[in-house]
Amino acid sequence: MPAVIRLEKIGLQYRVPKERIHSLKEYAIRRLQRRLSYAELEALKDVDLTVEPGERIGVIGRNGAGKSTLFRVISRVLPPSAGRAYVAGRIAPILELGLGFHGELTARENVMLQGALLGFSRADMRRRLEGIVAWAELEDFIDAPTRTFSTGMAARLAFAVATDVDPDILLVDEALSVGDEKFQRKCHDRMQGFHDRGKTMMLVSHSLAQIRDNCDRAIWLHHGRLVRDGDVASVTEQYHQWSLGETDVVT
Amino acid sequence: MSHPVPRSAQGSPAAAVPVYDSSRRRPRWVEEAAHLWRYRGLVHELVVRDIKIRYKRSVLGMLWTMLAPLLNMIALTLVFSALLKTTISNYPVYFMAGQIFWNFFAQTSNGAASQTQASNDLAKRMFVPRSVFVAAAVGGGLVNLFLSLLPLVLILAVTGFRFYATWAFLPVSIFILTLFTTGVSLLLFTLTSRFADVREMYGVIVQTWFFLTPIVYEPSIVPFRYRVWLSLNPMYHLIQVFRKPIYAGTLPSVELVMVSLALSIAVLATGWVYFCHRTDKMAYWS
Repeated sequence: MPAVIRLEKIGLQYRVPKERIHSLKEYAIRRLQRRLSYAELEALKDVDLTVEPGERIGVIGRNGAGKSTLFRVISRVLPPSAGRAYVAGRIAPILELGLGFHGELTARENVMLQGALLGFSRADMRRRLEGIVAWAELEDFIDAPTRTFSTGMAARLAFAVATDVDPDILLVDEALSVGDEKFQRKCHDRMQGFHDRGKTMMLVSHSLAQIRDNCDRAIWLHHGRLVRDGDVASVTEQYHQWSLGETDVVT
Repeated sequence: MSHPVPRSAQGSPAAAVPVYDSSRRRPRWVEEAAHLWRYRGLVHELVVRDIKIRYKRSVLGMLWTMLAPLLNMIALTLVFSALLKTTISNYPVYFMAGQIFWNFFAQTSNGAASQTQASNDLAKRMFVPRSVFVAAAVGGGLVNLFLSLLPLVLILAVTGFRFYATWAFLPVSIFILTLFTTGVSLLLFTLTSRFADVREMYGVIVQTWFFLTPIVYEPSIVPFRYRVWLSLNPMYHLIQVFRKPIYAGTLPSVELVMVSLALSIAVLATGWVYFCHRTDKMAYWS
């Protein structure tokens, strides 16, 4: 089967000004004085990754290791500065639950907007609306402005939208930690259903238990490099050993 | 445990698998145009959202959009007719026609610039072609433009001004105007994405530009030696394309229409190419 995601020698460099300049006036002055200096920041370096359809991959690593950046490259938010990214399929990211919801708008209106953000047509979303609201258990609040929602309600709605549109690839970034036990259970079931239909999933989490629960394979990013890639049990175990300070990263 | 059954997961027209290959991308200005077309539903949603939010919790709601130009017009009519004794006949209609035109341009371009922060927040996290935010600003501006034609009609009726058949030309005028406004909005959006202070500067520029364009006064009061400068102001030509059919009851000359159209297309093309050229970078700027 052809790969759904193929990353070849992906590098991502940020050119960050040593001091952040947000104003044109300041920029012009510094330019004239030749006082603009930049630092190269390598968020990803030589990352190779091939993902087959139906795989469930956990992404682990410390803060700033490049996990979110990797997701952004895959979802084409950030064009890589080196290498090649190939992604076949529709992506739905669940990055920060509730993101893009507007408090003044009702649940119904927000669902339509979210769908459009994911690239779906109005007709498509109208058909899906009922199922989304039912899954989120918000039937009674469909015409209430989302500013009246609790965090849990907003999270349920966001997760419902992202998974109902049935993407080929689901990217989940630290999103499952919100919500109560029942919600987490439902999310887990839904992701299981996803997997059963042969869909691909990548999950970023600091909870190794969550990774083991939901994934078959794990990759470990360290300072922008992919240092381990293998079955979930061994990679998480190695990561655990390392984080206890018992082993080195390099093999 | 029952798993949710996907509705229309297969067989829908959306089932064609989109492929992204970072090493095989089309020229940016083609790519962005294709994306914008694919996300046209989002443009619609954003326009609807902005209108809803604007009117949802306000007492006067839509009425205000129509009331504001009327109040403005009354104030300026008092100043110009009563105090400055202008020779312009039916000043309220003259001024309102120009003001509607100007407001569309100024509010839309300013609206596009004000979108950069919100659009970055979204486009940083999921793929969204940023041109949809500019398109949405233009769409919202057009809705307002049509709403503000109502008070103009009202004033026409109240002052007994003739409703000319040349109004039929207005769609063409609005089209030309929209091209120009979109071009400026694209330039401004790109610059504001990089430098936040561009928006403040633009506010000052628009204010000055307003007074350099014959909106509250007639072009004929401009001394002859300054006319060259007036003709270098693109808004001078564009405003005539819009105001003539309403106020003078004549069609703008072919020459005027051609100049305005060529100018607008040039600005739009420049804006689009510049925008698309920078769009990859915007994710890094924010």
